[in-house]
Amino acid sequence: MPDNKEKYAQLQEAIAKHKGERGAVMPVLQEAMNIFGYVPQDVQEMIADGLGATLSEVYGVSTFYSQFSLEPKGEHVIGVCLGTACYVKGSQKVLDRLAEELKIEVGRTTKDGKFTLNATRCLGACGLAPVMMIGEEVYGRLTPDEVPAILAKY
Amino acid sequence: MDNLVKLTIDGVSVEVPAGTTVLEAAKQAGINIPTLCYLKDINQIGACRMCVVDTGARAFGAACVLPVAPGMNVKTNTPKLRDARRVNLELLLSNHDKKCLSCHRNQKCELQQMCMDLGVEDEGAFAGKMNSYEIDDLSPSIVRNNNKCILCRRCVAACENTQAVGVIGPVNRGFKTQIKSAWDQSLNEVACINCGQCIAACPTGALYEKDGAKEVWDLLADDEVITVVQPAPAVRAALGEEFGLPMGTSVTGKLAAALRRLGFNKIFDTDWGADLTIMEEGTELIGRLQNGGTLPMITSCSPGWIKFCETYYPEFIPNLSSCKSPHQMEGAMIKSYWAEKEGIDPHKIRVISVMPCTAKKFEAKRPELGRDGMADVDVVITTRELARMIKEAGIDFANLPDEDFDSVLGESSGAGTIFGATGGVMEAALRTVYEKVTGETLNPVEFHEVRGIEGVKEATVKVGDLDVNVAIAHGTANAGRLLDSIKRGEKTYTFIEVMGCPGGCVTGGGQPIVSAQRRMEIDPKVVRAKALYDEDAGKPIRKSHENPSIQAAYRDYLGEPNGHKAHELLHTTYVARAKYSK
Repeated sequence: MPDNKEKYAQLQEAIAKHKGERGAVMPVLQEAMNIFGYVPQDVQEMIADGLGATLSEVYGVSTFYSQFSLEPKGEHVIGVCLGTACYVKGSQKVLDRLAEELKIEVGRTTKDGKFTLNATRCLGACGLAPVMMIGEEVYGRLTPDEVPAILAKY
Repeated sequence: MDNLVKLTIDGVSVEVPAGTTVLEAAKQAGINIPTLCYLKDINQIGACRMCVVDTGARAFGAACVLPVAPGMNVKTNTPKLRDARRVNLELLLSNHDKKCLSCHRNQKCELQQMCMDLGVEDEGAFAGKMNSYEIDDLSPSIVRNNNKCILCRRCVAACENTQAVGVIGPVNRGFKTQIKSAWDQSLNEVACINCGQCIAACPTGALYEKDGAKEVWDLLADDEVITVVQPAPAVRAALGEEFGLPMGTSVTGKLAAALRRLGFNKIFDTDWGADLTIMEEGTELIGRLQNGGTLPMITSCSPGWIKFCETYYPEFIPNLSSCKSPHQMEGAMIKSYWAEKEGIDPHKIRVISVMPCTAKKFEAKRPELGRDGMADVDVVITTRELARMIKEAGIDFANLPDEDFDSVLGESSGAGTIFGATGGVMEAALRTVYEKVTGETLNPVEFHEVRGIEGVKEATVKVGDLDVNVAIAHGTANAGRLLDSIKRGEKTYTFIEVMGCPGGCVTGGGQPIVSAQRRMEIDPKVVRAKALYDEDAGKPIRKSHENPSIQAAYRDYLGEPNGHKAHELLHTTYVARAKYSK
């Protein structure tokens, strides 16, 4: 893992690479995501100043696209499939239960930094609907009541 | 001319220059296509889809961004178009609070007007889930109520493009989209310059000034205090519009009469403070020229500009004139010179400024603008707030007789009056500096080269054998461009005037709001400025240093311009400000 100083140096490189391009905010935010795993305020300010954009523009882009995260990802990233098959099989209820148990909104990370809860598109395991993934682990044919026990494993 | 394009709009044949939009061409054909997000020269993004027209193409086009083409046959008024617009409006209403009766913009709201014009019959046609947002009223100048926001982005464009500030923008996506500052910060926490151009751009009641009128009513009802009011030069050029008078009607006499009827104890005029400013600023400029001071000297009357400079161009702080702005100078003089003259305890005086400006509300709260625990100015209300007070008091403004301001801080020269227009402070200063430096009488007194609404104006003015290079910028984006050219070493000036708002104070953020449709027909920057220039031309005294009551103030109280007492009362300091708050 590169240390913080190195990460900011990488960010400056990314900014220099895209400076002057039309629509540079988006690719630089993407690189920042790769470097930091999220795009906090000081990173966004650096991007705005570096590209001659406003913080409002950078923040606007970062909140428009779901691929950008404003807070660090949790140790375990949970992705609940809301694809058609899973949705029909009740994955929304699983997602709601997860949000309730973790006391966070979808897209957010728990205070202790352990879990990030995301809704995803089709995971390609429709036969197991409803499906979720925690990290690389797949959980299928879920019911909301199984959620606490699964979370307890982490 | 060879670049003309011929087209037909609703059967009317029009010929317009290539590059003209269908919206503008229709205007020439006498057809007002409905718009919401469009604001001439500021926001032309085709987002709201109210201006859809049928050109026979597969889909309707947005007239505000659709260029004319030869032979184009445009229909603006078909059953399908009317339906499309109406549904569009009904969808906007489905997430709008519709509390028109208590809204500042009631009867001056473009959304409301459009609903009437386009025959929306059921404001609940798409009733469903609605957003409910907290109102951000923490800024001393500007309130944002996103429950009334229709996401047209006119404020965003004004903030980012016209003012080069850019502290608001769209956040989140879809139904959750809001216009606000990054990282959930209040307008009070970000580097907003308080200019209020966002308010002037807003078609609805989502943006308005922070209320000061209630405090003024309380003061007027308080027998323990002495209320002294002073309206800015630009107020008289626009207040009449709130009472149905044509734009450009100067209402100076009615303004004085209305303030008297509202019950203020003393009716003074910031035009006097403007004359005083010229004495101080002119002397400061001559001093800098003679003593090798920092040049160019830049005017300091506009608090939006000052905060912009402090935040975005702090390296130019030494260039700022140390003069307080006119109403702050006048406030300081009311609580010292006038109080002493009248034998009044200054702690009992409350100075109320009526300003075309929302940034003045912020300025009046600056801790350095006051002394002995007293602020120079206690409350600032905008031109719009004064209009509401006059209406609430039942004063028949349009039929008021003309009255005069009170003596002595109400007597002014024409130079003080033109402070409200871009170039006005420069011209007023030049009139005085010229005569002070050369000892000659200026004839004619006008400097036409510094007038007009071009974003950045330049002139070389002969003052004796001295060539003085001057520049004038209005709107902070233009000011930024001017400062950049100085930083790059491309330009050298002696004296610069900056006003924070495009057009200067006459089109400040606290002035009566002019709708987008009206702005296509008339330029308030030009029309309101003319009212001030005409008033100047009609005044017997047109140079600040010839104002007898200003001369008396120096003779009896202040001593020399820029002298010790003047410095203590009339000059101030500035601070570099962070762009981002942590």
